[in-house]
Amino acid sequence: MIATPPSASLQLTDDGKLKHFLSVEHCSRSLLEDILNTAAGFVEVGDRAIKKVPLLRGKTVVNLFFEASTRTRTTFELAAKRLSADVLNIDIAKSATSKGETLMDMLWNLEAMSSDMFVVRHSDSGAPSFIAEHVTPNVAVINAGDGRHAHPTQAMLDMYTIRHYKGRFEGLKVAIIGDIVHSRVARSQIHALNILGAEEVRVIGPRTLLPVDIESLGVSVYSDLAQGLKDVDVVIALRLQKERMDSALLPSEKEFFRLYGLNNDRLRPAKPDAIVMHPGPINRGVEIASEVADGPRSVILHQVTFGIAVRMAVMSMCIAGQDAGAGR
Amino acid sequence: MKYDSKWIHQRLDDMADDLRTLLGERERNNIKLVGIHSGGVWLAAELCSRLGDPELGTLDISFYRDDFTKRGINPKVKPTDMDFEVEGQHLILIDDVLMSGRTVRAAMNELFDFGRPASITLVVLFDVGQRELPVSPDICGETLALGPLERVELHGPAPLTAEILRVD
Repeated sequence: MIATPPSASLQLTDDGKLKHFLSVEHCSRSLLEDILNTAAGFVEVGDRAIKKVPLLRGKTVVNLFFEASTRTRTTFELAAKRLSADVLNIDIAKSATSKGETLMDMLWNLEAMSSDMFVVRHSDSGAPSFIAEHVTPNVAVINAGDGRHAHPTQAMLDMYTIRHYKGRFEGLKVAIIGDIVHSRVARSQIHALNILGAEEVRVIGPRTLLPVDIESLGVSVYSDLAQGLKDVDVVIALRLQKERMDSALLPSEKEFFRLYGLNNDRLRPAKPDAIVMHPGPINRGVEIASEVADGPRSVILHQVTFGIAVRMAVMSMCIAGQDAGAGR
Repeated sequence: MKYDSKWIHQRLDDMADDLRTLLGERERNNIKLVGIHSGGVWLAAELCSRLGDPELGTLDISFYRDDFTKRGINPKVKPTDMDFEVEGQHLILIDDVLMSGRTVRAAMNELFDFGRPASITLVVLFDVGQRELPVSPDICGETLALGPLERVELHGPAPLTAEILRVD
């Protein structure tokens, strides 16, 4: 279904505030910086004895996951609960859509329960935008990952992590390694890094796992890991999805690790203070060795912590944008 | 109308004296200061040095505002920094201007998320009236009667000055 790219107007109010968050593409630098700055305030909430603020009290957030993802759903749920919203988790595989109810019928039913926000994960690119176009005004939609298209909150938590450790984007060289072609995370990261002013974004991987038109996104392409990692400040390893092996894009996991797997030795060309990131869940010994994942350069678990704050920021900004638009 | 740094520091000296007297009467000797971003934090730092450097915390009440859905979140929100125990403590809450009382309500809600203080004493530099909630200061530097289109703004942190502005 529906591969319409989310237009800038769909996710912004007339005065440029966020009302849905569907993609980082077409967002201004100042909007992305607003998200990061707002998230910075929420990070501290996670350190409190009572990890809760009353911002979204009385609001209902529905997690609509058409594709399983324990961790993303959990962090969205935790983010909503820390904002004092009520949260509903709908497991679509078990819901009425499998009994023949259409998507729109289900959404209208959820709207009739006075939901204020849908957090949508779907295997089809464009599904969250489709939902955003068709929901009642005042209901916000957040894209929690759609097909190969985008995963904007993951990209923003990665940007938060980079800014936290590096303090800036200017002058930074960032390398993204692995299965770019199937990765909505990589696509969103590339857009965000370019909007925020990173000096160079590199993608590293076998040609079979790089999209043919990848250069048009504003990246340099490397098929050699050592060359690609030379002098980089940030290394992002992507999850290699095991099903790719079956579709003959890769000879084997072992072969991938031999050429592109990160271990301490392979990281040598990167800057000594380079950080290593991974959107998770990690495949130890496939795209990353345990010595790196658990090593001093790894910030993988911090990404998860920052992810809650970034999702709190996006959720509260979207609800505020919807309410401002409605003049309530 | 402008208030220069000398005037504000004179008020701060008076406020510190009044606060010491009040705390003496109420037999509260172990106090902790809490400033509300941004003006209250600047004033709290000044009062802190006048009161023998008690522990100092800062609050950003953006996440507790009751007009959040009208105004949205200020992306310049600063992290709240309460690096001490609140439970059972005597807190001195400090802000620059007391008007509707909504900021103080939000600040007290936030403080209670850290624990149950033994007491909260409210200290403000300017009380401009126009209250919408039943809040009154324990210590006030100056009471102002503002016109309907006037507001007072504190500039800082150094030098600390203030002025009455017309909003149109």
